[in-house]
Amino acid sequence: MTTFAEVRSRLAGTRQRRYLPLYATLALLALMYGSGVVQYEAFSDPQVVLNVFIDNGFLLVVAVGMTFVILTGGIDLSVGAVVALTTMVSATLLEGQGWPAFAVLPLVLLMGATLGFGMGCIIHYFEIQPFIVTLAGMFLARGLCYTIGTSSITIDEPFWTTMAQSKVRFGDNFISPSVVIALVVVLVAAYVLAFTRLGRNTYAIGGNPRSAHLMGLPVARTRIGVYTISGFCSALGGVLLSFYMLSGNSLHAVGMELDAIAAVVIGGTLLTGGSGFVLGTVLGVLVLGIIQTLITFDGRLSSWWTKIVIGALLFAFILLQRLITPRKQ
Amino acid sequence: MNTLVKHRLFWPVAMLVALLLSNLAFTPSFFSVEVRDGHLYGSLIDIVRFGAPLIMVALGMTLVIATGGIDLSVGSVVAICGALACWRISEQGDQNSVAGVLVAVALALGLALLLGAWNGFLVAVVGIQPIIATLILMVAGRGLAQLITDGQIITVNSSPYKLIGGGYLFTVPFAILVALAVTALAVLLTRRTALGMLIESVGGNAEASRLAGIHSRRITLMAYIVAGLCAGIAGLMISSNVSSADGNNAGLWYELDAILAVVIGGTSLAGGRFSIAGTVVGALLIQTLTTTIYTTGIPPETTLLFKALVVTVVCLVQSPAFRAKVFKGRRRRPSAPPAGPAAATTEKVEVPA
Repeated sequence: MTTFAEVRSRLAGTRQRRYLPLYATLALLALMYGSGVVQYEAFSDPQVVLNVFIDNGFLLVVAVGMTFVILTGGIDLSVGAVVALTTMVSATLLEGQGWPAFAVLPLVLLMGATLGFGMGCIIHYFEIQPFIVTLAGMFLARGLCYTIGTSSITIDEPFWTTMAQSKVRFGDNFISPSVVIALVVVLVAAYVLAFTRLGRNTYAIGGNPRSAHLMGLPVARTRIGVYTISGFCSALGGVLLSFYMLSGNSLHAVGMELDAIAAVVIGGTLLTGGSGFVLGTVLGVLVLGIIQTLITFDGRLSSWWTKIVIGALLFAFILLQRLITPRKQ
Repeated sequence: MNTLVKHRLFWPVAMLVALLLSNLAFTPSFFSVEVRDGHLYGSLIDIVRFGAPLIMVALGMTLVIATGGIDLSVGSVVAICGALACWRISEQGDQNSVAGVLVAVALALGLALLLGAWNGFLVAVVGIQPIIATLILMVAGRGLAQLITDGQIITVNSSPYKLIGGGYLFTVPFAILVALAVTALAVLLTRRTALGMLIESVGGNAEASRLAGIHSRRITLMAYIVAGLCAGIAGLMISSNVSSADGNNAGLWYELDAILAVVIGGTSLAGGRFSIAGTVVGALLIQTLTTTIYTTGIPPETTLLFKALVVTVVCLVQSPAFRAKVFKGRRRRPSAPPAGPAAATTEKVEVPA
């Protein structure tokens, strides 16, 4: 293991190590896109990249929320279930109860944030590991979904269909309004993490919760805050997914927590917390999206290769993380 | 009485008994066990039989959690092993040939060992956090299982293979015998040799045990290998019971049930002390909960809600911070209402397992 330790100490000593995973992801993305363009003629159409955004807008929002949680060194396994719950509640209220869209939207967003807030409180005040609390949250949200209904509910409420069908055009290409919302979320999140007190506290807690506490930083508020943000982002992701699918289904977004975690990790955020960028997460989501697109373009490979490739990438990037993090004493 | 209540298995067992008794109200014949056509029949037998795969997975999980780790990939390993065995059997000309089935089983279990070793390698040698290291196999494993089954559900028609999960031996379901044997072996190895103590010491403090001369890496590696093997056996049981392999849904969310069983059984997620008997009780409790929900006519969709409730309560009771906060509050409060024998009994009841 001497070589492993040597490489690690050399890499850990460099100033640029924070950006190293980001560069690696960027290079990977360029490589994958390049290979796609070389292999397939239609791949060079800019719409291909825009479609990746359209197909993964909801994942992007969820992954941004997950970035906050992982930056504090935690994990949120409940996101997929909260997404499904949001689509289900929205569909039931809109179609079954005939609620107007402007009442449903704030309600579901508040519901997601409240769930996140509750989990954050349990994690912080009762010192239970995040993954088990959010696991319980996942059971709870999926269970609520199944209790509401097991069949798919189609949404044909005017606001939802408008959001699903309208296109934001520039030139020959277009994106959906959901992508605009997702990009706004990304920009706000990037601003919060880089320039606000909440952002700096998030990094500080991830770096070392004990010193953050001794420095007098509001650990409780920040930690509960990041889970609330993640809950809110999951609910918003759920709304975007229901725009995309125009249906509520308790089986939506099964396994999305893994995609979100994979996107965050591939985007270079350290799982131990304290280092990472929202931009990295965007790149991570793009990598996942391009993998799907490449496999679709290829046509010979079955869709389950996506999972295997994502697993392999996850492994490679985690190994890279191990190389660049200094050994904790 | 007090020592009985304070025994760490008291609460899991009490919950199990309460659940079983509540079934009696809905199905009066719940506890009857009879021999029909030389086979044991009865709701209790069914609970143990359908709970056998969960017991297996939870046993492996107990050892991993005792070393301070976690294995999220067991569900995927269940799917992969079932898929491999079914694929091997479906490929051979005579599906009923015993030798062919044995080869398939050996192949599947060999692969399970290998997958467990991969997890163990990542955790013990490379030093990746267990949640993340096993997450890789959890994600990629579903893909692997699909790859083996080619995205289809493989159906087999093999009576020797059917024996593993759905057959009977000496009037007892074979799956129960396997679960019993593996549990007995685990208890023997961990409690009659020093192995159990070594695992607990690694879980308590891996670095300290290494300095004390324990090969902590080897112990951790072994725990993951055993977890993989146990998940493999469970995968064989599940696929054999339904005579088919489904790469997508076999063993879905099994890791959560297994973790739940271990936690209910009183093994701390922080590592260290573990209880194999507790895990078995925990697994049976979860299976009984599922069965109860079916027999009492509560919509089965709510099973997850109940599980969420159980996980939350069990984790809260295990958390030292929660105990400190709640019991401190309890001690302060009794000054207001007249503290009588009633207050004393509640105090006794609230003592967590």
